Order: sequence, then structure tokens, then C-alpha cells
Amino acid sequence: MTQPAISVRNVSKRFGDTLVLKDINLEVPRGQVSCLIGPSGSGKSTLLRCMAFLEEASAGMIEIEGEALGFSEKDGKRRRQTAAELRRTRSKIGMVFQQFNLWPHMTALGNVSMALRRVRGLGRKEAEARAMAQLVKVGLEARAGHYPSQLSGGQQQRVAIARALALEPTIMLFDEPTSALDPELTGEVLNVMRALADEGMTMVVVTHEIGFAASVGNNVCFLDHGQLLFHDTPETVFAAPRHPRLEQFLDTYLDRGAQMLR
Amino acid sequence: MSFDFAVILAKAPQILAGLGVTILIWVAGTLLAAILGFLVATARRYGGRLADLVLSVPVEVIRGTPFLVQIFLLYFGGPYIGLRLDPIAAGLLGLTIYGAAYYAEIFRAGFQSVPPGHSEAADCVGLTRMQTILHVQLPEMALLVLPPSMNMAVILLKETALLSLITVPEMTMTVQAIGSQQYAFVESIVVLALVYWALVELANFLGRLAERRLSTYSA
Repeated sequence: MTQPAISVRNVSKRFGDTLVLKDINLEVPRGQVSCLIGPSGSGKSTLLRCMAFLEEASAGMIEIEGEALGFSEKDGKRRRQTAAELRRTRSKIGMVFQQFNLWPHMTALGNVSMALRRVRGLGRKEAEARAMAQLVKVGLEARAGHYPSQLSGGQQQRVAIARALALEPTIMLFDEPTSALDPELTGEVLNVMRALADEGMTMVVVTHEIGFAASVGNNVCFLDHGQLLFHDTPETVFAAPRHPRLEQFLDTYLDRGAQMLR
Repeated sequence: MSFDFAVILAKAPQILAGLGVTILIWVAGTLLAAILGFLVATARRYGGRLADLVLSVPVEVIRGTPFLVQIFLLYFGGPYIGLRLDPIAAGLLGLTIYGAAYYAEIFRAGFQSVPPGHSEAADCVGLTRMQTILHVQLPEMALLVLPPSMNMAVILLKETALLSLITVPEMTMTVQAIGSQQYAFVESIVVLALVYWALVELANFLGRLAERRLSTYSA
């Protein structure tokens, strides 16, 4: 069996007294789209943020393409990695946030070319040429000179995707990428993500877009109260939800007109 | 009794020399204070809990005592611990330390104003902590910290008048000396007030100019 893109082993996370992730075990296969679904507060965003080491797991290990992320284990002892070690492992990951998190003082092109210049050390011209190629990919080359405040939410999120792609990561993480958008703007972002999936990008997507999970996802993980209740293909998960908690969860979507899924 | 400004204005070259010292100490002191304050704020935010605690002490002490008391301690108390400074050096150092305590608080608020997600995005594309501070956080907070920073610069300008009390040959000391030599005390004070005011207005003008330049990207 080939090495998974991400492997999560016995990961727990607590915030104070609350256990938000309970002993999660998960392998994210390469070249597939894995969707994390579940009700609010189920821990799905926290799990995703642990995969980028934006949250530190309280226990357990996460490996990115076989390399320990954030913590290394040596002689059974857990040691926090240095900033440089962390940056190296993280370079395989691109992260897209619910709130876009574009840098407001830079144009779209500036946002996308930043890491090419500062991390890769490319000159301005080459960095901007490569950044422009990413903006073309998300269909925003005409908006390169615009500041985030001059872009719609959907456009901002597409710039954020281009920024995350700039350093050519092998894995893309999406944290509710369309939740902050007007319904009519979600389509343009989902289309970019669909195109990325078609290219074979490994993607982990926390989403409430059940339709996207069903049509683009290769795997669906259902979390509830910090537990990974199950993990299966969308056909199995949505066509015949056997778990009462999942059935209840999906019913809330049926109310919102997602009947075609069943 | 009539005002006679002519006797003051006849000493214009001396006044200009004093003005020069005032501007030198003010500009250099403010810049150094801002840099030191920024370093303190950065160390308090990223240097761990101990650095935050240790650095909070001088910041609180300096903000909690009068500037006059601080420069007296520095200039007259310094020699007891082997710190012998000439008046201008003591004045510049005093102003820098005093201003830095306030700038540290201004930049602390500045760091807090940058949404954590913007730094997380920088972490995720591999920027180092230093690059994130310089290329993301500092420019993002600039518009927010500019008004209080300019306000602080104006306060520091006016505090330089107190340096006359440790014999720094700045404008207040110069003009007061002329006033008493010429028996034109009130006139000298009026001239002094006008020059300070003019400098403050100039600083405010430059501040507004900078604000307008920085606000190009905000909607």
C-alpha cells in the first residue's frame, strides 16, 4: 500500500477542560478529495487545523507524507520541532481559510507572489510571473492589481486559493471555504476546487456543502462531538446512512432542499 | 507696560540654535523611542511569558512616573552608578526611554489589531516569524498605530522643554535666558509658545499626509 498523504494517529485535542478531538485515527489517501463533515462544534475544523499545525494536538501524531508534523517522537518522547523543521514539513501543505485571510495591504498579485519572493527568494519579475499563472488558474488575472477590499468574497477566496497554490504544495486543506460567502458566490469557488480535484490534487475539505462532498469527494468523514464516527465513500455515506446521528444530521440538509442526494 | 518683541527677535540666531537642538533631540528621540518601543512590544508578544512579565515592569514604572523625575534621576542620579552623561546625551536617552514605554503600548495594541488568521496564512506559506512581522503585521497595523504615534511624537516634542532643567541648550533654555537678560520674560514665553505650536502643526500635517498615503488600500 502506498504511503498516505496525511496520517493522523491517536490525535486528541483539548481546550482547557473540553476534549474537542477524541483519539482520532485517519489516513488521507493521495490524489483524493476527503471531506470532513459534521455539525458545528464537532471538531472538524480543529482536526483540519491540526493537520496544518495551526492547532497543536494535545496527544498523538500527525504525519505529512511520512514526516512528523510539529512534534517529533524520539525514544518515546514528544519534542516540539524547531520553526525551520516545521516550515519544511508545512511546505507540502496549502491552507485555505473560511475568512480568506488575505493581506489587505497587498494587491491580489502581491498576496500570491509574497511567498515566492520571501520564501523561495525569487526576484520580483519571476515571482510575479508565476503568481500571475496561479491567478489565471483561478480566473482572476484581470483582478491582479486589485486590493482585497476591492474584490467580492468569492474573488477573495479564489485569490486565497491561488496564494496557497503558489508554492506548489502537494496537499490542499480547505477550512469551510464557502461558509463566509453569499450563496451565489459559492459556485465560483467550488468550481475552482473541482478543477483542482480533477488535476489529482490531494484535498481535505471541511465543508457544509453536502452536494460538493457527494459529487467531488472520494471519502467522507463524519465527526460528531470530537469523534470520528465513520469514514467511507460518499455513495455509502449518503445513500444509506446507517448511523442514527448521521441520519439526523443529513435530515437538516434535506429540509434545505438537498433531496436529490438520496 | 508694553510688549517689545524686537529685543527677543534680535537674538534670532541664538534662538535658531536652540531650536536646532530641540528638533534634533525630538526627531532622534522619537525615532529611537518608536524603534525601541516596537522591539519591546515584539519581545513581549513573542518572547514567552517570562519576557512579557519582565518587560512589563519598566514599561509600567516609566508610564507611572513624571518625565521630569526620570530625567533628574538619569542626569543627577546616573553618576552614582557610573553613568556620566553630558546634558544632550542624557536628554536624548531620557526622551528615548520615556517615549519607548508609550510606543511599546501603541505597538502592543497594533499587534492585537491584526487578525490572527492573517499571521496564520503567513505561517502556512512558510514565512518566518520575522518576515511575518515585517511584511504582514507591521504594514497592516500601520494605519491604526499612526494617529497615536503622531500624537505621542507631539507630546514628546513638548516634553523636550523640561530638558532645560538639566541644562540642555535647547529652545526653552535659550529663550528663557534671553528673556531674563533682556528683561522681556513674558515676550520670550510668547515666542516660545508660538514656535512650539508651529512645530506641532507641522508634525500634524506630516502625520495626515502619511495617513492619506497609507489608506490607499482600505475600502
